This record gives sequence, structure tokens and C-alpha cells, in this order.
Amino acid sequence: MIYENLPDARGHFGPYGGRFVAETLMEPLRELEAAYQQLKNDPAFRAEMDRDLALYVGRPSPLYPAERLTRKWGGAQIFLKREDLNHTGAHKINNTVGQALLAKHLGKTRIIAETGAGQHGVASATIAARLGLKCVVYMGADDVERQSPNVYRMKLLGAEVVPVTSGTRTLKDALNEALRDWVTNVDDTFYVIGTVAGPHPYPMLVRDFNAVVGRELIGQSQDMLGRLPDALVACVGGGSNAIGMFHPFIPFDGTAMYGVEAGGDGVETGRHAAPLSAGKPGVLHGNRTYVMADDNGQIIGTHSISAGLDYPGVGPEHAWLKDIGRVNYVSVTDTEALDAFHECTRTEGIIPALEPSHALAYAKKLAPTMARDQIIVVNLSGRGDKDIFTIAKREGISLL
Amino acid sequence: MSRIESTLAALKAEGRTALIPYITAGDPHPNHTVGLMHALVDGGADIIELGVPFSDPMADGPTIQLACERALLHDTSLWNCCAMVAEFRKRDSRTPVVLMGYLNPIETRGLEAFCALAQASGVDGVLIVDLAVEEAPDFAPVVRAHGLDLIFLLAPTSSDARIDAIVRQASGYLYYVSLKGVTGAALLDVASVEAKLGQIRRHTSLPIAVGFGIRDAASAALVGTVADGVVVGSALVSQIEKHQATPAVLPGLLKAQLAEMRAALDAPATAAQVA
Ligand SMILES: Cc1ncc(COP(=O)(O)O)c(C=O)c1O
Repeated sequence: MIYENLPDARGHFGPYGGRFVAETLMEPLRELEAAYQQLKNDPAFRAEMDRDLALYVGRPSPLYPAERLTRKWGGAQIFLKREDLNHTGAHKINNTVGQALLAKHLGKTRIIAETGAGQHGVASATIAARLGLKCVVYMGADDVERQSPNVYRMKLLGAEVVPVTSGTRTLKDALNEALRDWVTNVDDTFYVIGTVAGPHPYPMLVRDFNAVVGRELIGQSQDMLGRLPDALVACVGGGSNAIGMFHPFIPFDGTAMYGVEAGGDGVETGRHAAPLSAGKPGVLHGNRTYVMADDNGQIIGTHSISAGLDYPGVGPEHAWLKDIGRVNYVSVTDTEALDAFHECTRTEGIIPALEPSHALAYAKKLAPTMARDQIIVVNLSGRGDKDIFTIAKREGISLL
Repeated sequence: MSRIESTLAALKAEGRTALIPYITAGDPHPNHTVGLMHALVDGGADIIELGVPFSDPMADGPTIQLACERALLHDTSLWNCCAMVAEFRKRDSRTPVVLMGYLNPIETRGLEAFCALAQASGVDGVLIVDLAVEEAPDFAPVVRAHGLDLIFLLAPTSSDARIDAIVRQASGYLYYVSLKGVTGAALLDVASVEAKLGQIRRHTSLPIAVGFGIRDAASAALVGTVADGVVVGSALVSQIEKHQATPAVLPGLLKAQLAEMRAALDAPATAAQVA
């Protein structure tokens, strides 16, 4: 099988992916897929997309040698792919720019989104403001509380933020609610999913829009280093920043890849958000993938200091990459991620988001096991401004 | 002929519309479910759809979401639901029961094991909300091998090609979702339902039940003029929600609520036949 051709026509990555939704959404999903297949090869659409990525998002993002972290941690050289420098401060905008252009071409006047950390909500509200689209963002009520700066940013941008109080009041419930909105308003509404989850074609199109990161990185490493990196490290919530970086590297066997899940209090405690490390295959949010569920098949609550990783499922392509062994999926704890957060901040003058702090924490373990002439690239998927309240609270510091 | 098929055939012969209530198993407490099922039959139910609670009911509105949460507070599982049907069967061998739910609880237990237990428990059909027909080829043979009907949803957005693919896999009856939305929505446009049913009937002779948006006797009677069956869910589940603290009153209330719909359905049925 030529891996790059996945998913297959029915949206499958091996046994994973597919389209598991109520009948009402099946035809709209087919239309979306058809529109995307046509537009993605349309030179005018691609030119519009490239122009937005350059002039609005600020791409390419730098590949930055983190020399002081490298010295501190020892072993392989650490480079950071600076997605935190994108407009709105995370990789999420790569995807929202693409999906919003699709929405515009499909003549939709309203976009909806789910969000955990608020980064995807902000990115969606941003692009909606720019394109003059109405925007509604669903956010778990608990996340509304712990990511209040982003809630305010979305409101400033003109979006309506709807707190979701059902279920566990986090990202998975926001996704359910967005799907319910979409099924009700499917005529005028485009659902901008924020990660590589959901029914086909979403895992494919969100991946394609984020793959600009991996493609850029191939060019940058060849220019700067004369070769490809030895290892890539990215955090995995739903998995969009990771798949965006990994996908173009899949054929290059010389580059090892590590997806880092949120270990919360530690995978052995059961209080975590690491379905690939500790879950099993199941069906959630329209696709088959690894999920965290109990023996009766009920989805269970997740625990992570990082709202953006607090998700009991994961993109189906990651499930497949795990099974075929192309990517190693690992986890780090809240405490390890926090330590890495502080080290990066103090050593490089870069405040990372809590999500990529998980990737940094794993790079810290990996680097000393590798030689000094080897290269690790960490996807610094977002900046940490949104997290300073969470961190202060956890460390017992009052900011008011 | 399955129990569902013979029930619907008999109703058709009498020119009557099937009344198909939905409740969520385990709501407000697993101890009450079997009693409520009997009350529904007493109120005139022809088929019962018993909801299997799921943590992430993405196609359901707030009413049934909360019902799932209440049922899950008492850990109502897929296995419990089968046990409830087995208990129901001790006193009722006539009324078909369809388990309606989401795929993950079934996959977690294993399709084969589930179908075997469902069959042994006296379940007649299975409706898996998030099992699209494209993903069903592996499922349908297993479900049918256990004598269970596999019931599918159809929607206003279903194209002719999809309708065709679905009716090939479906048995028992088809469940037409009357509107774009989640369970519990209010809007109901009977003319567009009628037009869509006409389109579906060009592909199949399976009976068609219509659900979503049927709240009371009037809306049931209206839809009954065009459908082979009407499904009423959220209207019943709201009653359960309202009286969850005094569950002893629920059998009487649900029976009365359903009896009103039964009467309204049976009254205009002859008129509709003539028309
Ligand atoms: C900065 C950042 N990184 C990573 C994630 C996790 O999402 P994904 O795994 O889809 O990249 C989020 C989600 O909100 C995020 O804000």
C-alpha cells in the first residue's frame, strides 16, 4: 500500500476512520468531500490559500535552534518549529484559514467550531471576522472557566461563545454540541472542526491544511542542516499539530517520530488523556479510533492540566500510525510538562503553551539518549499566554 | 416473519398506524424500566424503542441527553438493557422491542456476543444511530443471523442513491427522521414529510415510521396520515424528567399520554384511508 494515499475512498486508515454519524449528516459530508477534492487541485483556491498563509498567518514559521536548551538537556540538538509565532498564536490557524475558504466557496454564511483550550475557537473567530461570517463557538463549561482570556478574545472578535454543560463539560462535549448544531443548521452552516477527529473527510482535510508545517520543515532542514531531522516530537490531543508535522515525513524512514499524549497524574493512575497509550479501539465523534472508555463502552472523563489535550479520542490516522509502528506514542505527566514549560521559558525566552510543553518534556528525555550530532525538532504548536492563569493557580500564585 | 414484520403487517391490514414510543433504559432508575415498558403497552404501544444510554449521544437533544445522564448515574449498561427486555418478555411475548443506541457500547462488548444475548433476551431489532450504511456490511449479516431486524434512519438529506443502499440492508421498518436536527426538536412540516416518504416508497415496500417532532396527539395524528408508524420519544422522556422524584406516578402518566395519541391515531386512520 502506498501510505500517502490514505485515507481510502471511504475515509479509512486501515481499520480506523470512516464515517459514523446519523444519516442526516451523511449527504452533507459527501458534498463537503466532493467540494474539497475539487478545490484542493484548483490553482485559484491554492493561490488564495497560500496568500492567506503568507500575509495573514505569517508563514513560513521559523525553524529555531534552541541552543541553550540543547546544552541544558545534553545529547541531540533541539530545534523548535515556531507555530507559536503564527497569527493567533498556534498552529490551529493553518486549518481554520483553509476550512473558512472552503466555507466561503460553498456559500455558507455561518461557521461553528468546538474548542478546548480556546485556540481553535480564537482562530475560527478570527477568520470569521476577516471573512464577515457569523461564528458560534462551543466550549465545555469547565474550559470556559480555565481559559477565560481566550473566551474574551473570541467575544472581542465578534463570536458567540456557548458554554456546554452536558457530560464532562470539556472538549468532547463541545464537539457533540457542535455536531448537534450542524445537523440542525446544515443548510447555511459550515462546521470548522479543530483537529483531525470527526467523520471523513475531516481527518483528511484538517491534516492536509496542517501539513504545511511538515512540508516547510523538510525544506528548512534541507536548507539549514543539509539533511532531514533524526526525530520529530509533537504533542497529541486530537492530533492536528502532530499529523501536520508528521505526515510529509512518513516516507522518510530515517526520521523517527514521537507523539506525546497527556499523562495527567500518570497513565497508571487512570487520570490522564492518553487514549493511544492506554485506550482501546472504539467509535467516537464519527470515526473509529483509539478511545478512553469503560468496560461498558461509555466514554470516560479525561484529566490533563492542558485543556487542549483533554480529549478521550484521537485522530484515526494516529491510530493507524500506532498500529503499523511508524510513530511512537508516549506520554508525559502534568508535572513533567510544567517543568518543561518553565525550562523553555527561562532558558530560551519563549513561553510555550501547556500543550507543546508536553512535547518539550519528552524531548528532554529523548535528547540525552541520542548523539550530539543528531537533531530533534519539536513542534512548538502554540504560545503560552493563554495558560498563565492556569499555571499561576496551580502554583498557588494570585494574579489579581 | 419476524415479530416486527408480523406486527406491522397486522396493523397495515387493519388500516392502522403503529405507535412506537421511545424511552431510555435506566431512566429514572433501572428498577422502573420494565414497569414503564408494560405501561407503554397498556397505553397502546405497538413496538417499543428502548434507548441504550450512551455518554456521548451526539444525535440527541437536551431531553434525551439528560435521560442518558440519569441512566448512567446508575451505570445502566447494554447488558442491563438486554436483561430488562428478558424481564419484560416474562409478561409480554407479543410486543416487539427495538434497542436503539450508539455503536461504541456494542463494539466494546463485541457485536457477536451482543447479538447472541439480545436474541436470547427477546430483543427484536437494533437501531444504531451512528452506524451509517457504508459501515454496515460487516454488521448486517451478524445481526440478521441472530434473527434481529436492523433498522436504519433515513433523513431529509438522504439522496436516492443513499435510500437505495439503505433499503438493501434494512429490515423490519425504516425510521424516517422528519427534520434536520436532533431529537426533541419541535418543527414539523407534514407536506415535506409526505413528499419524502413518497420518494422513499419508490425504493422499498418496507413500512416507514416517522420520528422527531411528534409531541402530542395532534402531531401524532397528523403524521399518522402519511406514515406507517409514528415514534414519540422526547415528549415521554420529558414526563420522566419532570416526575423523576416520584417515579411511582410514571406508569400511569405515560400510559395516559400514549393512550391519547393512540386514540387520535386510530380516529383519523379511517378518514385517511378513505381520502
Ligand atoms: C497550542 C496547542 N497545541 C496543541 C493542541 C492540541 O490539539 P492537536 O492535538 O489537534 O494539535 C492545542 C489545542 O487546543 C493547542 O492549542
